[in-house]
Amino acid sequence: MAGSEPILERLEHADRRWIFLIMLVAITVPLFLRVDLPIRVSPEVKGFYAALEALEPGDIVYFAADYDPGSKPELDPMIKAALDHLCRKDVRIIAATLWPAGPPLLEAALDSIAMGRYHKTYGTDFVNLGFKEGKENVMVQLGKSFRAVYPNDYYGTPVGELPLLAAKNAAGGWAVDTFRDVKLLVNISAGYPGTKEWVQQVRTRYDIPIVSGCTAVSAPEDYAYIRSNQLSGLLGGLSGAAEYEKMIGVPGWGTVGMSAQSLGHVTIVVLILIGNVLYFLNRRRRKEAA
Amino acid sequence: MSHDLWIWMAAILTLAIMSYLYKDNPVYKTAEYLFVGVASGYFLSIYYNNVMVPNLFEPVGAGVGGLFTGKFTWDLWRVGALILGMMLFTRLIPRFSWTSRWPMGLLVGAYSGLAIIGFAQGDFMSQIQDSLIPLVEPGTAGAFAAAHGFTARLIAALDLLANGVLLLGLLSTLYYFFFSQEHIGFSGRVAKVGIWFLMISFGASYGFTVMARVSLALDRLRFLLSDWIGLRII
Repeated sequence: MAGSEPILERLEHADRRWIFLIMLVAITVPLFLRVDLPIRVSPEVKGFYAALEALEPGDIVYFAADYDPGSKPELDPMIKAALDHLCRKDVRIIAATLWPAGPPLLEAALDSIAMGRYHKTYGTDFVNLGFKEGKENVMVQLGKSFRAVYPNDYYGTPVGELPLLAAKNAAGGWAVDTFRDVKLLVNISAGYPGTKEWVQQVRTRYDIPIVSGCTAVSAPEDYAYIRSNQLSGLLGGLSGAAEYEKMIGVPGWGTVGMSAQSLGHVTIVVLILIGNVLYFLNRRRRKEAA
Repeated sequence: MSHDLWIWMAAILTLAIMSYLYKDNPVYKTAEYLFVGVASGYFLSIYYNNVMVPNLFEPVGAGVGGLFTGKFTWDLWRVGALILGMMLFTRLIPRFSWTSRWPMGLLVGAYSGLAIIGFAQGDFMSQIQDSLIPLVEPGTAGAFAAAHGFTARLIAALDLLANGVLLLGLLSTLYYFFFSQEHIGFSGRVAKVGIWFLMISFGASYGFTVMARVSLALDRLRFLLSDWIGLRII
């Protein structure tokens, strides 16, 4: 009978919905009460910042925003922060996505930051090539010709009519058409296809530096590429976004969310400890009773 | 409270999905099926407009049109891709299902080729190359000797040990997956160290996963409290 169970036993088998409720309170409170927790910038984030900071005005960056609404909460803060940094440096951006649900999110971020905040001109300062199916195939083909993969931009305009991609070089060829014409590849990745595939298919093959912002779930896998210098920088999850926002001095949702995030983590750690203590206490009690 | 109908719609659906935390219920099921249906429709339209139209219908249409005006274009080869694509559906007809193996074989072969080259060149070799490191990184011993203060000495000590720990973790973990020798005695202890490294790595992955899930919950909370109800959050 549940009523006759010792309190420690009842606590160990407490309804999991209590945990949901405790977590809800833990992450809601910091949204209303200012809890300033220090944000320490990690070397991977410093690497990301340094790679963008090293760009010169007029340089071109390929911005691969490979994500969808499922990972928007984690990746939108880093996309906006990275675009802010690139626009501030007067870098020209070729943006595209390999995720079918990505284009509206990318368009919203470009509208908000490049056009809204920095008044950049579409077609000259940045272009949005939209979505292309083909995953690794697209990555490899982009190294041969951007316009062969994306004959039109997201809005259906032929890329030859966009000043950024229509320019010719001294030899009469396209000035901007492959990864050779790009200084850096910025990838914001929610999974497959994403950072791992860009590194495998593009980093070595076309010798282009890559920085990545990825979801926390895929961050442990991508850390290996930092050590081997295949990635110049990495933002892992919301904490990576918060650190990067701190570096560029533009606090956004990443910074606001980190206090709640941290309190949520502390709560989970405490709950895990309580669960373990209860388990061992009850196991000892059961042994003694037997 | 928001006056935007779509915000209300999104809020109601968010609450419907979250109601599963209490227990499975018809409201949750309705929201789930609605999501699956909408997502299927969205992806179908995206793939139709983004893949089928520009890669098949437009070039083949232009190619067929060209035949009537005496202008042949090689885009007509795409009819072959259409036929291969249609052959995938023969799996639904048992008598002809064997023909679906041809396009499937082509797909598997092409993607394997691409993935193997990418993995071998960009991942496998690079990671092996990166693992060929000295036991102690040059300069770290000197940095440790020169460090002052607890924090600086701790960081310098960790730098000094970093390569050794990495090599120990790499070798012991690889040994754990070496099954041609029974893991007893010394080899058992090495494999045990490998397990510890694996556990630490799983723990790190779990921590990152928790962070990701809390981020998602936070964003929904922000949406409900700020965008929908209109409360001012910091």
